[in-house]
Amino acid sequence: MSEIIRFKKGLNIKLKGAAEKILIPGTPAGRYAVKPIDFPGLVPKLLVKPGDEVKAGSSLFFDKNAAEIKFASPVSGKVVDVVRGERRRILEVIIEEQGREYVNFGAAKPDSLSAEEIKARLLDSGLWPVIRQRPYHIVAIPGQEPKSIFISGFDTSPLAPDYDFVMHNSDMKEFQLGIDVLGRLTNGKVNLVLDATNISGSVMRGVNGVVTHYVKGPHPAGNVGVQIHHIDPVNKGEVVWYVNLQDVSAIGRLFSEGVYRHDRIIALAGSEVLKPSYHRIRSGASISSTITGNIRPGDVRYISGNVLTGTTVTDKGFLGFYDNMITVIPEGKYHEFFGWISPGFSKFSFTRAFGSSILPRKEYVLDTNMHGGERAFVLTGMYEKVLPMDIYPMQLLKSILVNDIDMMENLGIYEVAEEDFALCEYICPSKIEIQALIRKGLDLMIREMN
Amino acid sequence: MKFLRKQLDRIKPHFHKGGRFSAFQSVFEGFETFMFVPDTVTSKGSHVRDPIDLKRSMFMVIIALMPALIFGCYNIGLQHFRAYGPVLSGLDGSLPGLFWFGLLRVLPLIVVSYGVGLGIEFFTAQKRGHEINEGFLVSGMLIPLIVPVDIPLWMLAIATAFAVIIGKEVFGGTGMNILNPALTARAFLFFSYPAWMSGDKVWIKGMMTNPDVIDGFSGATPLALAAANETGSMPSAMEMFIGTIPGSVGETSTVAILIGALILLATGIGSWKIMLSVTLGGLGMGLLMNLVAVNPYMEMPAYYHLISGGFAFGTVFMATDPVTATQTERGKWIYGFLIGVLAVLIRVLNPAYPEGMMLAILLMNVFAPLIDHYIVQANIRRRLKRASVQKAY
Repeated sequence: MSEIIRFKKGLNIKLKGAAEKILIPGTPAGRYAVKPIDFPGLVPKLLVKPGDEVKAGSSLFFDKNAAEIKFASPVSGKVVDVVRGERRRILEVIIEEQGREYVNFGAAKPDSLSAEEIKARLLDSGLWPVIRQRPYHIVAIPGQEPKSIFISGFDTSPLAPDYDFVMHNSDMKEFQLGIDVLGRLTNGKVNLVLDATNISGSVMRGVNGVVTHYVKGPHPAGNVGVQIHHIDPVNKGEVVWYVNLQDVSAIGRLFSEGVYRHDRIIALAGSEVLKPSYHRIRSGASISSTITGNIRPGDVRYISGNVLTGTTVTDKGFLGFYDNMITVIPEGKYHEFFGWISPGFSKFSFTRAFGSSILPRKEYVLDTNMHGGERAFVLTGMYEKVLPMDIYPMQLLKSILVNDIDMMENLGIYEVAEEDFALCEYICPSKIEIQALIRKGLDLMIREMN
Repeated sequence: MKFLRKQLDRIKPHFHKGGRFSAFQSVFEGFETFMFVPDTVTSKGSHVRDPIDLKRSMFMVIIALMPALIFGCYNIGLQHFRAYGPVLSGLDGSLPGLFWFGLLRVLPLIVVSYGVGLGIEFFTAQKRGHEINEGFLVSGMLIPLIVPVDIPLWMLAIATAFAVIIGKEVFGGTGMNILNPALTARAFLFFSYPAWMSGDKVWIKGMMTNPDVIDGFSGATPLALAAANETGSMPSAMEMFIGTIPGSVGETSTVAILIGALILLATGIGSWKIMLSVTLGGLGMGLLMNLVAVNPYMEMPAYYHLISGGFAFGTVFMATDPVTATQTERGKWIYGFLIGVLAVLIRVLNPAYPEGMMLAILLMNVFAPLIDHYIVQANIRRRLKRASVQKAY
């Protein structure tokens, strides 16, 4: 067994409403959508128009900058709408489900195919985008070869699904096949990173063809970027790929059954969910059938993903391509009278400036209030405490603010993604939009490097 | 409070762009957010945010300053009483009486400091179209605590204005300044009006105008005595620790400052690394002085440095200013240690100034970016080295 990598830095936000370990079989969602905004840097070029019939696996659009990367319909049915936002940017391609038809890409053993054939199959089926890369945290560029591939076997973000429970209810044969496929795509290692607090209980212990690492620590220990930084860091000119745990199974499915069936088990969680639980659901599914009748009345926010990095959706919105949970928390649109001097026994804070640090609770209800206005950087030494990387967060952020490409490169922009800085954003007393800033830096690097 | 909220909502539109009072938008928002935490919700990025904001952080520092302020008020009464006796001072020596006497002398300083400083802050915030930054809430309280009680108010007003405009706003406001604004104000006073900032008389209320004190009373600070190599007539260590000695308003009581330090450390607002390293630096340098001592000042026990003058106050409230300190954690050790070393060095070896804390901190404020630069360069080199080591495989 390899040694355990321990992180001290980080923070577990103690949110109320963790999902109980009950798996609810998926109810038909009816509507599905693929959202180009789930893929940073993507310029979508549509292949369908409203009214077109599609099958699960039919391409809906491709990336203008890399035409081989296609994005597929998760279900068979009819394209009913293309929702556009500002400057006609495509936000959602909506499909209404009819029947259960799949495009057949043919089952195949990964050993019998060349790496190029495997890539072609993943690209054609629209499953390729499950593979992402550092640098830049974007869909992997197919022409490059990664020095290694990473799969994080646990998620430490607030209320995140327990992957052991998820995998316990998944087909491990598909997962193993997915690993085999990924193994053909790199000459380096396929790294599976598991939670060191549950070594014996993990069903992923018996997986072959991977190097298993054990990591222990508070969030963001489960973030693949943090794991890569410590196990096989990305230097300039290098590429590391990574795949979400359940998407490995989807890759396996593509090769065992020959179909694009992008299913997963997600957690429905948050303080405003009456019965938080696990649901089997397909990527892009409308969340309405999952949440109906299970939400506390009131002004709530639906988030596809976790509270730190997720996307706001409506109650009829769609599950994001990479998201493994739906979180529902109260909105925070209220004025708090002298809130900044209140003792704050019910307020969860990283600092010890609130009563809650004297009398901590087990879990807290957090809403979406900003708790203050935006200011310049003032306090120092805080971001470092929640970023378990050898990176100077404030210096990196400042280099992005002034568009200093060299400095960004020197300070480690290739290794980071917005999600790694989500906790910095959470604790920031100056209320700076740090994740957006990191993305701005990454986008700038992509433009400069190409 | 609902009523208040309603009234605010009613008049709010007048302050927005195009409204009748749009010229006062920042001021209005300043007061509104002072009373009510804004109702803005997260729109991108993290959906939940820590309840901490700058107001709360600054407020914690203000609370931490309260023991020093309260003791300072008492001590001003006490020193006045000691200087003039019951008849001339009109005090009976009771604790509330002494405190009240001091409070009435300190309040004008606070009012002037906040009035001038916040006035300028409001003006610049409005000009820039920013929200008002909370930074001055702390500076405005620090300034009265680090000046002699007898300082004329107009001098204080000029110094505050200088500190806020030249020390802070020209650099871009709170968060951008190089020098600690409160110390900038003090340095301005120190070099512009030295007669009112040093000597044996300025520390006692009324002594500048009426030097007829009780026979044998000296208003000299312990450090002034030490600088004159009269270490024998210094107050006892206990007196210096408690703080019943002449000095700037809030700096005399080490024990009151330590209570403040505990508050800062417990809430995590102040950096323990800086506090510890300044103390170690001062103590280390003091011991070194003892080793090579050639005069009574150098022979003075090293720990005397920690409890005399502005050392404790500077360590806890000035050196830890996050904006002007080093921004890297490793840098904080170096920065703090050098402050301690320099403070004692200036005290003991510089014949012109009995106190060195202010200059030591200001000097290290200037060097903080340089220290950070080297720490960050080391990080960059580590990253480059890592890349080349891997390539070598």
